[in-house]
Amino acid sequence: MTTALWDVPRTDLVVFMGSNAAENHPISMKWFLRAKENGAKFIVLDPRFTRSASKADWYIPFRSGTDIVVLGGLIRYAIENNRIQRDYVVHYTNAPLLLDPKFEFHEGLFTGWDEDAKTYNRSTWTYQTNGSGQPLRDDTLQHPNCVYQHLRRLYSKYTPEMVSRVTGIPVETFLQLAEEVTATAAPDKSAVFAYAMGWTQHTKGVQNIRTAAILQLLLGNIGVPGGGIAALRGHANVQGATDLAVLWHDLPGYLGTPRSSHRTLDEFIERTTPKTGYWINKKKFMVSLLKAWWGDKATPENDFAYHYLPKGRADKHAYSHYDIFQDALDGVVKALVVFGQNPAVGSADATRVQQALAKLDWLVVVDIFQNDTSEFWKLPGVDPRSIQTEVFFLPAAGPLEKPGSFTNTHRLIQWKHRVIEPIGESKGDLWYANALALRLKRLYADSTKPQDEPIKYLHWDYGAGIDEEPDSELVLKEINGYEWATRRQLSSFGELKDDGSTAAGCWIYTGVYTEQGNIAASRNKNADDYLHHGWGFAWPSNRRVLYNRSSADPQGRPWAESKRLIWWDGQKWTGLDVPDMLPVPPDGYNPTYGVGGDNPFIMKEWGVGGLFGPLQEGPFPVHYEPIEAPVANLLYAQEKNPVARVFSRVGDVRQFPYVMTTYRLTEHLTSGIMTRWLPWLAEAFPEPFVELSPELAQQHGIRTGDWVRVATARGEARVKALVTRRLKPLVVDGRVIYQIGVPIHWSTRGIVTGEIANRLTPQFQDPNVQIQESKAFLATIEKLA
Amino acid sequence: MGRAAILTDPQAAARSGADVAMLTDLSECIGCKACEVACKQWNQNQAETSAFLGSYQSHPGILDNTWTVIKFVEDINESRDMSVESWQFIKTNCMHCTEAGCVTACPVDALTYGRMGTVELDVDKCIGCGYCEKGCPFGAVAVQAQVFDTDKKAGKCTLCVDRITNGLPPACVQTCPTDCIKYGSRDELIRWGRERVAKLKARGFANATLYGENELGGLHQLYVLLDSPEKYGLPVNPQVSPVLKAVRQVVYPLGKFLLGATFFGLLINFFASRNLSEPKDTDAPKATVQS
Repeated sequence: MTTALWDVPRTDLVVFMGSNAAENHPISMKWFLRAKENGAKFIVLDPRFTRSASKADWYIPFRSGTDIVVLGGLIRYAIENNRIQRDYVVHYTNAPLLLDPKFEFHEGLFTGWDEDAKTYNRSTWTYQTNGSGQPLRDDTLQHPNCVYQHLRRLYSKYTPEMVSRVTGIPVETFLQLAEEVTATAAPDKSAVFAYAMGWTQHTKGVQNIRTAAILQLLLGNIGVPGGGIAALRGHANVQGATDLAVLWHDLPGYLGTPRSSHRTLDEFIERTTPKTGYWINKKKFMVSLLKAWWGDKATPENDFAYHYLPKGRADKHAYSHYDIFQDALDGVVKALVVFGQNPAVGSADATRVQQALAKLDWLVVVDIFQNDTSEFWKLPGVDPRSIQTEVFFLPAAGPLEKPGSFTNTHRLIQWKHRVIEPIGESKGDLWYANALALRLKRLYADSTKPQDEPIKYLHWDYGAGIDEEPDSELVLKEINGYEWATRRQLSSFGELKDDGSTAAGCWIYTGVYTEQGNIAASRNKNADDYLHHGWGFAWPSNRRVLYNRSSADPQGRPWAESKRLIWWDGQKWTGLDVPDMLPVPPDGYNPTYGVGGDNPFIMKEWGVGGLFGPLQEGPFPVHYEPIEAPVANLLYAQEKNPVARVFSRVGDVRQFPYVMTTYRLTEHLTSGIMTRWLPWLAEAFPEPFVELSPELAQQHGIRTGDWVRVATARGEARVKALVTRRLKPLVVDGRVIYQIGVPIHWSTRGIVTGEIANRLTPQFQDPNVQIQESKAFLATIEKLA
Repeated sequence: MGRAAILTDPQAAARSGADVAMLTDLSECIGCKACEVACKQWNQNQAETSAFLGSYQSHPGILDNTWTVIKFVEDINESRDMSVESWQFIKTNCMHCTEAGCVTACPVDALTYGRMGTVELDVDKCIGCGYCEKGCPFGAVAVQAQVFDTDKKAGKCTLCVDRITNGLPPACVQTCPTDCIKYGSRDELIRWGRERVAKLKARGFANATLYGENELGGLHQLYVLLDSPEKYGLPVNPQVSPVLKAVRQVVYPLGKFLLGATFFGLLINFFASRNLSEPKDTDAPKATVQS
């Protein structure tokens, strides 16, 4: 998240949209409740009345998959009623910058669409520039080519009436919401938007979030106390997994991944790095990473071993989670090692995942319990005699049985100690990684083949032999970074060099383990420091609120006394947090970075927040219907996201008339493997169910407690009915639309069991991050005898 | 107004021995059931998986091995559009009454007024007769006994007497993620609760109230409620049945004196089949459905 939970109580308005924090991030909920206690209004928008909604001042139901229409309507309202924070918008965002005059948007498509190739040529998605390459600008925001006017035209269709027709929110309700939200454009007001899977799990998941970011920038609500976008990251270490790139499309610290077309390190840097802003330092971070991985074998002469990095094929779109299973189905991927995951239950279109597992030659599962992935050959409908996959199960240590760190939702890295020894022969993930790496190195030790060098020369020293316990603090020390020659721990990524003299495993974490020791383990309380800088370490630089220079006006003064955070004291940037700014005075300019003292978004080009920001499906978010939708797109001829990826079968509304969503409950974790085996959690929520409204239930003669078959184009699941007024039929474009919901936690293993909800969900994917559309698709229901 | 879960230092409270209590601020309960799990874990009570209740609720009510249960109640606006007005999560457990129906009902003095305001249960004395269950106006103690089943024992919240007398807060208080379950000296909690209610009233909750200050001589489980007690299924004016009091004062001593233990036990089983408590139907929440 851009902010810290400790800062949330300073807000004037909490909006939950795509988040159900009370159920899925209960620890964070305390801070939202404290905001409410301090007088903030608390609004929840959700297709279902959730446990979060029960704590809100105001709950607004709407149709799942139409978030961009609601948010686009708010953007239009803010612009049309001049409820933007104008100084903030002019100085801190790219609103005044002029776009290529040829750039246009028409009927759901942007300039450059290639219908045959199904991709965009992005050549017009750029700024107009002057002779020295600087973008042209119009600070009056009137020029027809400026970003702001593009926004105004684009969202002019998102009228309250249109919002109501598409989303099912009554016009009056929407107007009240718009009043509440845009009131925070005042310099002394702020709003925080909290989201989680409810925004991400759509074929336009990234654009859902972008729309909120645009709105928050227009309202001047990013980087200010009580502002921001609170991305609620889950389950102890999801943020850490992303930072350290347990992903296919990034190297640690968000450095991206090279493609085969990037033949040298310089070519990779040149083609993937902005020319202005702090990212111009990317080569320093990249070289330090290569140094951490290949040590003395990474030298200026061999391009710092850049050629050791695996490269993505230029002709292959993605190597995502779902691509792995697609590749297994296609016979490309022949073996799979699964750590702490249960994709046979937890992944969308679970039947398809199970079929992919059956195509593998061998499968390794490392987990604390046998699960449906390691025992997929026992699942209903599978004949074990037909499965040739050899499966190895390795017992894993649980979180309390190993030391290490968690990076939680507000980028806070906290060290944890081992509480008890692992049971029996179970081992931590690090032990397995070390044992595997050292065995592979032994295997290739005598090889003279160049392609074996990345393993042979891998710099791997965590204080343990092949079957010994590695020292996890040594891993954190490497992540932090050190001076190569002296092994001196670095204290800031400002010390990283591109000449091979420094090594760092994840540049944004530099400062977490310095010469002073393990800062992630620090637990210093200070009642005067509301952002708790002495507790753990927040990346980057122990900064708690990102972009915090924008909490001051262009001259460097707090926008309001009640919203003091960072200011210019005449000599330097200072305040209640670690300033997020170059050492440039408010009226100064740093030509190296192309960033002025009034440009707070230093990680972005020209130091400005991106209202305009190119992604796969365009530089502005627009509404596309979910791949499976009950109505046509009322806004554009282009119905769906043109670059969404569709792996699963698509259902028809005549056969599957209801909008379905899936979700989690407080009582269980993802596929239930860590919770349904524990008696006290199993009893807390023993059975799976479908939530539906009394109106829909009546049509099917269904009563609470009845067995119901829920079916989609992918499969079906038998669950109990939970008939509740917490689900309301909505009127969408004059028609009544029913929504139903099923939680995803059950499977055939555990003390309490149930049918797998992910047999219903589709592998329809967002083109940017390949997440599945499991929040909005079509289903039908039937009462079972 | 403090937001902490612990209003009085538990070690100081343990030393002073003064009455303590818990206060559950239902305006901030998110129904996560962490308290249920912490209670089971600390007391090492067995799990007992219920059949699907058609709601988010884990158990139908307090059981002999399940001492705290969150009840989930949907409040439907029947006069307007039948939409959900509120969804209440009500943490239920023993109220540790000053004038306790269970203590009055217990024929063998297994239930007594204990330390620091608690109502204590001596399971070694308990004969599983189920009088306490019938005598409690809150459904907060359970036996689930069959007639002549002497293996069954009563079970209920102890207010973590083994923790609080050793300077620790109760397990549910310690685990609550929103700090809505509070622990402290009873006086301090009442002060806090009154302040909180005033604040909620100012925020538009005209019926907000502090429950437990005077009920049954004062409860050691207090609630801050956003609405009237009926909405939460709590009895408005709970009473210990006069019949029960009479039985306690006359029949129990007489029975023990005249009949000896065996016959007295038979008599108890006879009474166990009768409902000695006030009729409970009138306490049922109106215009609410379980979910």
